[in-house]
Amino acid sequence: MHRYIPNTGEQREEMLREIGVSGIEELFADIPGSIRLKRELDLPEALSEMELVRHLKELAGRNISTDEYTCFLGAGAYDHYIPSVVQHLVRRQEFYTAYTPYQPEISQGTLQAIFEYQTMICSLTGMDVSNASMYDGATAVAESAAMACRATGRAGVIVARTVHPQSREVLKTYFRYTGRSITEWGHKDGRLDPGELERLLSDDTAAVIVQNPNFFGLIEDIGGISDMVHNNGSLLIVSCNPISLALLKPPGDLGADIAVGEGQPLGNPLSFGGPYLGFMAAKEKFMRKMPGRIAGETRDRQGRRGYVLTIQTREQHIRREKATSNICSNHALNALAAAVYLSALGKNGLKKVAELCCRKARYAYDGLLKTGAFSPAFPGPFFNEFTVRYHRDIDMLNDSLLEHRIIGGYPLERDYPELKGAWLVAVTEKRTRQEIDNFVERAGSL
Amino acid sequence: MKVPEGLYYSKEHEWVRVVDGRAFIGITDYAQESLGEIVFVELPEVGSMLDAGDVLGVVESVKAASDVYAPIAGKVVEVNEALADDPALLNNDPYENWLAVLEITDDSMLEDLMDASGYEAFCAEEE
Repeated sequence: MHRYIPNTGEQREEMLREIGVSGIEELFADIPGSIRLKRELDLPEALSEMELVRHLKELAGRNISTDEYTCFLGAGAYDHYIPSVVQHLVRRQEFYTAYTPYQPEISQGTLQAIFEYQTMICSLTGMDVSNASMYDGATAVAESAAMACRATGRAGVIVARTVHPQSREVLKTYFRYTGRSITEWGHKDGRLDPGELERLLSDDTAAVIVQNPNFFGLIEDIGGISDMVHNNGSLLIVSCNPISLALLKPPGDLGADIAVGEGQPLGNPLSFGGPYLGFMAAKEKFMRKMPGRIAGETRDRQGRRGYVLTIQTREQHIRREKATSNICSNHALNALAAAVYLSALGKNGLKKVAELCCRKARYAYDGLLKTGAFSPAFPGPFFNEFTVRYHRDIDMLNDSLLEHRIIGGYPLERDYPELKGAWLVAVTEKRTRQEIDNFVERAGSL
Repeated sequence: MKVPEGLYYSKEHEWVRVVDGRAFIGITDYAQESLGEIVFVELPEVGSMLDAGDVLGVVESVKAASDVYAPIAGKVVEVNEALADDPALLNNDPYENWLAVLEITDDSMLEDLMDASGYEAFCAEEE
């Protein structure tokens, strides 16, 4: 028997006999000869298990990771410490090997974990109802925009240019061919410009999408635009970093109707870009416009606590083209990691992480400015990430840091041609004073 | 299955009761029975204009969320807010608990609908 094919030649013969065909040739008789490949696949010889493991290790060894390198790169995904309990629980086979529950109520443990995740997301965001999670922060932003169009019966959204460029890209992809429109809204000194928003709002504006802290790391004045958006009959969508919510006022308290964001900072490793999770929470009145499913708590016939999957009736496998979204799933394992992370840290632990990020980022910022090689890019407060201007070549700076096993900041010019020399630097609680000092010294002395 | 006389019926399992030029719209006993326990009803906005066949609302049960269509054209003049608080009213008595009232724009549209016996025959075919 072949290692990767789970049946024997004898079993295949038996199956062919059972369905009444003489052999493989007859089974594939419907495939015309003209489109058949009449040779072996052009593949190298199969490797033995030992050879394969060696080969894969060699490939993996060519990657660089945050285990060996000190990371100051953020731009949407952050190198936080993950308590070991997170992986221990996530890797339990009851969670790890199970696929999305199609007969959900049989998986009470999965549903309970999702329910607890939702409860924590609601507490963090100050919202009434959270779904079971989405694919990532960018899809959550795009889905929330579509949700606002359904809820308001309008077809236009205004998105701030200070929202993550990848979220805006995904939003554009989602809205292509739907008859819905996207207007980008510029910034003033790196932050929202209420004056411009006033001019952009129209009768057809379903929602205004902002991010806090924004892509440049700056903390926005969300409360300052909330009334303007609502007086126009539009919804306010806030994309946020969940860890920042331990310190900042939650979007629900600032007038947001829908809160979304990238959930990776909560107990999910960087993993070269994914899988991550998107979170989405809303005010109760938008519950039935929300994409995805929600786990709910209830009582069974004997009065015992139990969990169910609700609002599935609005999903694609039941409502077809009228579904709230074409996403019929969630990132359960990543959401579980987020829930375990939040439980392990607790309210005070999360606050401590957020404070450390904030203080260490300020320490690094001041240090960089002191070297004289950098200048401030924008005025205004920041959380765990900030932008400085470098007066020479940023790519050379990053290459040189990499030689010293430091992953440098993100060059904003890639997405904002007007921000030449702007360098986005993230500092998490993981960075030690020594690491920051070393980084500042190297960066300042090039 | 109850199919009261005197109402008009659509193939989408809505009923219409005409009172003084106004049309009360609801879902039939057959519809509520097929849907099962109804948990949510989405109603149209008062003042909106509907063509025959437009989505009038959504009825959601534990099994499915189904659109309710306007059997005839008209302007929505009233909606049954009681259903928002107690959607199960539709299960209890689907003919007493209407969803919306339309101001009829064109009487002749009623002719395209079925009477009680026609609808009963239609349901028998559906089975």
